Parts: sequence; structure tokens; C-alpha cells
Amino acid sequence: MTDTRFDRAPGDRPILTGLEEEASSGLLVYTIGLALAIILTITSFWVANTSLLWGPGIPLGLAVLAVAQMGVHLVFFLHITTGPDNTNNVLALAFGVLIVILVVAGSLWIMTNLNDNMMPPGELMSLPMRP
Amino acid sequence: MNIGVAVDDVHQRALPSANESGPAPKRVVVAYGFWIFLLSDIVMFSALFAAYAVLVRATAGGPAGAALFNQGSAAIETACLLASSYTCGLMSLAANERRRANIYLFAFVTFVLGAAFLGLEIREFAAMIDRGATPQRSAFLSAFFTLVGCHGLHVAAGLVWLAVMMAQVAIKGIRGTVERRLLCFALFWHALDIIWVWLFTVVYLMGVRS
Amino acid sequence: MNLLGNLSWNAIPFDQPIAMFASALMILVILSILVWITVSGHWPYLWREWITSVDHKRIGVMYIVLALVMLLRGFTDAIMMRSQQAIAAGGAQGYLPPEHFDQVFSAHGTIMIFFMAMPFVIGLMNFVVPLQLGVRDMAFPTLNSVALWLTASGILLTNVSLVVGEFAKTGWVAYPPLSELQFSPGVGVDYYLWALQISGIGTLLTGINFVTTILKTRAPGMGYMRMPVFCWTALASNLLMVAAFPVLTATFAMLLLDRYLGFHFFSVNGQGNPMMYVNLFWVWGHPEVYILILPAFGVFSEVIATFSGKPLFGYRSMVAATMVICVLSFIVWLHHFFTMGASADVNGFFGVMTMVIAVPTGVKIFNWLFTMYGGRVRFSVPVLWSIGFMVTFVIGGMTGVLMAVPPADFQLHNSLFLIAHFHNVIIGGVVFGVMAGFNYWFPKAFGFTLDERWGRSAFWCWLVGFYLAFMPLYILGLMGMTRRMQHYDNVSWQPWLVAAAVGAVVIMAGIACQIIQLVVSIRDRARHRDLTGDPWNGRTLEWSTASPPPAWNFAVLPHVAGADTYWNAKRRRQANPNEPVQAREYEAIEMPNNSPIGFINAFFAVVTGFALIWHIWWMAGLGVFGAFAAFLLFAFRAEDEIEIPAERIAQFEQVHRAEVAL
Repeated sequence: MTDTRFDRAPGDRPILTGLEEEASSGLLVYTIGLALAIILTITSFWVANTSLLWGPGIPLGLAVLAVAQMGVHLVFFLHITTGPDNTNNVLALAFGVLIVILVVAGSLWIMTNLNDNMMPPGELMSLPMRP
Repeated sequence: MNIGVAVDDVHQRALPSANESGPAPKRVVVAYGFWIFLLSDIVMFSALFAAYAVLVRATAGGPAGAALFNQGSAAIETACLLASSYTCGLMSLAANERRRANIYLFAFVTFVLGAAFLGLEIREFAAMIDRGATPQRSAFLSAFFTLVGCHGLHVAAGLVWLAVMMAQVAIKGIRGTVERRLLCFALFWHALDIIWVWLFTVVYLMGVRS
Repeated sequence: MNLLGNLSWNAIPFDQPIAMFASALMILVILSILVWITVSGHWPYLWREWITSVDHKRIGVMYIVLALVMLLRGFTDAIMMRSQQAIAAGGAQGYLPPEHFDQVFSAHGTIMIFFMAMPFVIGLMNFVVPLQLGVRDMAFPTLNSVALWLTASGILLTNVSLVVGEFAKTGWVAYPPLSELQFSPGVGVDYYLWALQISGIGTLLTGINFVTTILKTRAPGMGYMRMPVFCWTALASNLLMVAAFPVLTATFAMLLLDRYLGFHFFSVNGQGNPMMYVNLFWVWGHPEVYILILPAFGVFSEVIATFSGKPLFGYRSMVAATMVICVLSFIVWLHHFFTMGASADVNGFFGVMTMVIAVPTGVKIFNWLFTMYGGRVRFSVPVLWSIGFMVTFVIGGMTGVLMAVPPADFQLHNSLFLIAHFHNVIIGGVVFGVMAGFNYWFPKAFGFTLDERWGRSAFWCWLVGFYLAFMPLYILGLMGMTRRMQHYDNVSWQPWLVAAAVGAVVIMAGIACQIIQLVVSIRDRARHRDLTGDPWNGRTLEWSTASPPPAWNFAVLPHVAGADTYWNAKRRRQANPNEPVQAREYEAIEMPNNSPIGFINAFFAVVTGFALIWHIWWMAGLGVFGAFAAFLLFAFRAEDEIEIPAERIAQFEQVHRAEVAL
């Protein structure tokens, strides 16, 4: 009888019924995760070094692959799912991801904007010389 | 009349939802607290990432990433860490099944792989410093050494923790606090691998690209 | 190699009479207390019941004790600044030379924010939240103790800087390049950085503890929408702690690496970027002020609802407003550096977001007003603080929205207008809030109420003193006076600064009233004893326990049937006074064991911090090793919990039946 009264601990595998619970199924999950991660890693290295792809698109492609591999880790190694017993874990993760995006994207936006507005040190010296 | 009613008196016919069931079991509480800690750690890494991204071109006339980074080395490090994440998962399975011999075995393999990762990284740092690419050379190098070095410090701390956990399993057995601590260690180790995914993507792969 | 690093007798400020006097006074007070404890034989009791305690109630009280002591220290800095500025007009130099004045304003800000306001709100949350949630303790009681003592370590290091060495002269924000080694070669900035890194770990641990407690350990039946609003604001505040403090840790780590190892994060040579420090600092800094104000908002929600005799108006909108503020607080931070040179679109975005965040705050204010409307308001001391808050905070909030307009901020940035604004919201909001909470929950913590008369006097002195001290600063800001001025030439500023100094003295009278209130209340405690456990006719679960509650809080965890469970239960009891009291079976309760690890850890943290500041590397290594060894011993301890026998619980319930039964 599945007891859904309490949430699942992050990192814990889903509680399965006796029929479903087999020693090999846990191993299978981890092995599939490893295989997917290996594929994604090799793809990343290939994307970074190939001349077959349009240059400016490569950083985006790498980022997408990184997000995908992060997803593989979360689902297959950390057992983060979207079930109702996992809501708190997913919410906390979403909050963390939001903060990371705000910090990184916000800082980059602000700092590049500031850099664009600042005069490079070399030009400072040549200022009196400008016509 | 007393408002305090023994929990057993609660009618069992309608199972309350998780958030009305009273305090969660210890395993859930401990793991969730550690999960929140991991998220805070990831925010700290994001600040270091932001600093790296801002300073990536601030080479002050010194060497940039393309000149310094060895993709082969990065690939082997990635393989080691990914494999150690896998064996850590196997250790978690063994812990759930209470099979001590397997716990020790997979912990040992995880340790060796993690130590290999660290060794390679230290070798890479030493080689860079030998060539004059020290963290004091430029802001870019300061940011690189701090970001990657911080991750390496976390891995080193994880290895120490793993060793202590094996001592705990040997002395205290697997039940209770030790079991919960092993769960936390697994969370930590997998999170470190996630951070490494971003590290090798942003620092090594994108760095070599530019 | 010198065995003591950079430490020498020169570190003691023999040539600065004011610092020497302050140091001597501080050492005298501390020694007197230690001697008294020793002579009266109180060490075993203190060690057993307080220092090694992992009880959230004890830890909460200790946090507040730290906060009150540091209020005195921070306020002394304030009086020094006000008196200096009142006399240093025209050609006069005042009595504080610049190097000293700079340390005073830096210490004032650091102490008031990190070591007064933070411990005060954390202390209140620590004491109240588990009781309001109907549980026995926090999710991680020992971690709670560790966090407390790490905060105390930061406090100790900061105060040691008065005696040995110096404090930072950079202001409490410590911007590079001034805070880099080249321009701050002394130990001041190092004291600042290490004290805050150490206490920052404590704050992070607190955040983790509260988030887990509130989300995962509540009484049976207490769903999210049945939690008291104070718990919601505690949740939001602690989520912000978990999200923001790591950024501060990383930023300070980068500055430390620059200073100690010659890295180039923020130095201009090596192509570092000092503006990045400002950016990252305020990514933390803005959520920090919401960490402080949200629990204060929670206090007001509880106080106003209780003393109006009505449920809080608009519970759902309160919760929504709280969580919206929590998220929004992370997208306004650039308003702290509008003038640093970003272009109009960036400044404009953050300006608009800053104005938007005023909206949910307004929702809260209206909810409090509507709660009072139609209720029978009792003007107790906590309500006085609350009403004072509502007027004062709204004024301060409005000046904030004014400065959120970038062109206006270009005129007012770093002027006294800014200083007046943030003191307006921090004193009017945070300080008034913690004072209300302190008066409100004091009887629950100690078993007797505080003297009302001295409480009122304290409030009025603070209120009048605040306006007298800070309204002139708004005018001075508009007249063009910059912050942090040790002396100034424009004598037309002086009358306003004299008025501000008088205001500071009136606040000092308020603080004196609070000290007298404590003394008188303790002296007369027999007369003011709380015999019902519910002196204010409260609505939430903490009032259903004895005053003070036993270590286990609740003999049986309450089953929560709806919001305001305790209030409804009281009403039912009043309607059916002859209903027999149900006899209860008590079971043994397992409580966490006390542990010295928090205190020992903190001891080694102080050793390590002090050693790193003075470059005594062997001592730093020893400190780290000691902390690790102590932790290992803790990790291998045999007994994690202690069992409280059912008979003891039954006996307590019997003795206190007037307080725990209805």
C-alpha cells in the first residue's frame, strides 16, 4: 500500500510496490543515466571542436547540452520527479535555479552595460590629443 | 476540553495530504535540509560564475583560455567524476539494501575516481603556474583559479567526508543517523557533478572555442 | 619567521585615548560579569542550561541578549557621530580625528545590521516559530546552536578590533579599491571580512534550519494556509537568507583572495573590475534588508490581530504579498548604485521594479489598518510600537520610492537624504518591530510581563527622538550635505546637525527607559507573573503553553483543525464552561541532547579568524584542525537524544494545568 502521507526525501528513489521493486531496477535507472550523460558529454566535446556548425550558435548549443545533462543527473541520479510527493523538492530547485539565473544574467547585463559606458584606460591618456 | 489531541485519535479514513500530516519523518527532514544547503552552495557558485563571465576577457596581456586549456585533460576529468557519480549511486543502492561489503566497495571506487579527478586538476594547475599563468597574472586567471579551485575544494571535502562515512559505517553500523548522512553525501556528490557539467561547458569548452 | 605574524604591541591603540577608554570599559564590564559568575558558582548552570543548550527557546533568548548588547555598542557609535558632526562646523575639527571617525561609522553600520538587527529578528523567530507551528523544536536543533555561537564569534572578533588593531575605515560596505590591500594596508578590513564570513555561515545555517522547519515540520493538520502570518514571513525571510548570503560569501572570498594572495578580482591593475564588487555586494545587500523587515511585518500582523480582537484581515493577500516581496527583492538591487554609470534602460528597469515592490508592502499596510477597523483596539505597548511603525515606515517608504527615480537619485545618492531614508525604514520598521515583538513575547519567555509605564516612556522617547534625529537629515540632504563627513565648511548646516544630536540624546533616553523597564520588571516579577500562559488573549498556538514553556513545548502535539485554532478552542470553552476536561495519557518524549559542539566550534572559529587577520599561519591551521577534530568527536557521539519520562510530563501538566488546559 503506497503511503503518500509524507513527502519524499530528495535523493530517495520512489517507493514502489513489492511487485515493481526489484534489485535490478535501481541499477537500471543509474545505468541509463550514466549512458545518457556520456552521450551528452561526448556531444558537447564534439560541438565545441567541430567546424560543421555555425560558429555563433555553438555557445547556445553547449548551454542546451549542459541543461540536458543537468536534467539527466537530476532525474536519474537524484530521482527528482514531478510527482505530488516531490513537489517541495522541485519547488526548492526551481527557486534555486531562478536565483542563479537572476544573479548570473543580471550581473552580466549590468556589467556589460557598465563596461560599454566606461572609457578604456588607454583612451584616457589620449583624450587631450583628440581633435 | 483540550485542544491537544493525541495524533492517534485523528480519523484515518481520509489520509491527509503531505502538508497536513504533521512533522515529516527524520529522513525527509534531514535530506530536505541538505537539499536547501546544496541550493545555497549552487548560488555561491553562480556568483563565482558571474565573476568569471565578467572577467573572462580581462587577460591583462597574459594568456587566455584558448592558450591554456587542455581539452583532453578536461575530458578525462569529466569521465572520472561522472563515473564516480555512477559508483556513488551504486553505493546508495547498497546502502538501501544494507549490504555492507558493497557499500565499502563502491565507496572505495568512488573515492579513487574522485581522487583521480583531483590529482589531474592539481597537475593542470601546477602546469599553468609553471608557465607563468598564475592567478596573480590577470583578473581572468584569478577568476579561473577561484571558480575551478572552489569546485576542487568541494571535491576534496567530499573525499574527506566519504572516508569519515566509511569509518562511521564500520563503527556505528548503517541504521539511523549514518543512513541519513550517506543520503546527504550522495546528494552532495551528484550536485558536484552537476556543477562540473557547467564548469567544463562554460570554462573549458566555451573557453577553448573563443 | 615571526611566531606571532604581524601581531605586536603596536596593535594596541595606546596613542588614542578614546579607543583606550572604550577598550578599558569593555574589558572591565566583561571581566566583572565573568568574575561574578565564577564567584557565585553559576558556571555549571550556565554551561548545562544555556551554553550547550539546543533548545530553540534558549537560543532565541541568547540571540536577543547579543542583539541588545550590540545595540548599546552600535548606539554609542551613533552618539559619537552625532556629537562630532554637531561641533565640527566651519574650521572646527571636532574631537574625532578622521581615521577614528571612519572606523566609527564603519563599525556603526556593520554592528547595527549584522550584529543587532539580524540577531534580534533571528532570536524572535527562533523563540516563536516552533511554538506557533505546534512542534517541539527546530528541524536541526544542534545546527541552531552552532549558528548562534558562530554569530557570537563574529561579534567577538569585531569587538576585539577595538582593543587589538583597528576596524575597517571603508564604510560598512567596504568597496574596493579602498578596501584593497594597497589602500587599506592595516588589519581593519580583514577584521571586517573574517567576522562577517564567520557569522555569515551561521546565518546560512539558520536559513536552512527555518526553511526546513516551516516546510517539513508542523503540527498535524496545520496546512500551509493555516500557519500564522509570522511563520510565513519567517519562511520568506529565511528563503532570502539561503538565496542571498552565499553571494556575500563569494564576494568577500574574492576580496580576501585579492588582499591575501594578490588576486585581481577588484583591483584595477590586472584588469580587475571594482564595479563588480559593488554589483555583487548589492545582489546580497538588497535581499538583506528584506530579510530584516519581513519578520518585523510578521510581528505586526500578530500584534495587531491580537490586540484588535479580530482575525487578521486578508490572510491570503498577506501571504501572497509576503511571497511576492520575497521574489521581487531579488530584482531591484541596482538602485543602490544608479550613479555608477549604467545607461538609462538598465537604470530605468531597476527604478521601475523598485517602485513595484512598494505595492505589496502597501497591501500589507492596508490589511493591518482594516484589521484594526471595527475591532476593539487595546493600546498596549506592542500596539504603540506598531502604530508608530505604520506612520514612520510609510514616510520612509515614500522617500525610497522618490529615490527610485534615477534622475532624483543622481541628486540624492550618498547624501544625508539617503541616510535619513534607510534609517527611517530600518528604525521605523525593523527596530520598532523587534521592540513590539520583544514586549509581546517577553511574558511567554520569562513568565512575567514587562512594566507598562516604562514601556510607554521608552516608546515615546524613541518616536520623538527618531523624528528629531532624522527629519533634519532629509533637509540636510536636500541642502547638499554628503554622508560620512568628519567636518564640514558650510555653517548653515550646523543647526540641523545640532537638532539631530538632540534627537539622538532623546533616543538614548528611550534606551535608558528600556533598561529601567527590564530592571523594574525583574524586580517586580512576582506582581506581574503570567498565570494563564495567555496574558494578551492571543490567537495562536504559542499562547496555549505554559509561561515559560517546558523543554518539550507541547505534551501532546496539537491537532490543528483550522486557522486560529487556539482562539476557536477558547471560544468553544467559553461557550461550554461545564464540559469536563479530557483526561490524557502521556507518553515519554524524545528530545535532542545538549551539545557543546556549537560553543567549541565557535571558539576555534575565533582563533582561526584572529590568526588569519594577523597572519599567524600556524595558529590558523591549529584552529581549523581543532574545529574539525571537535566536529569528528561530535559526529561519533553515542547518544543523540534524551528521553523525558511520561511521569515528568504529567507532573508538569498537572502543576501548570491553569495554563495548558482551557
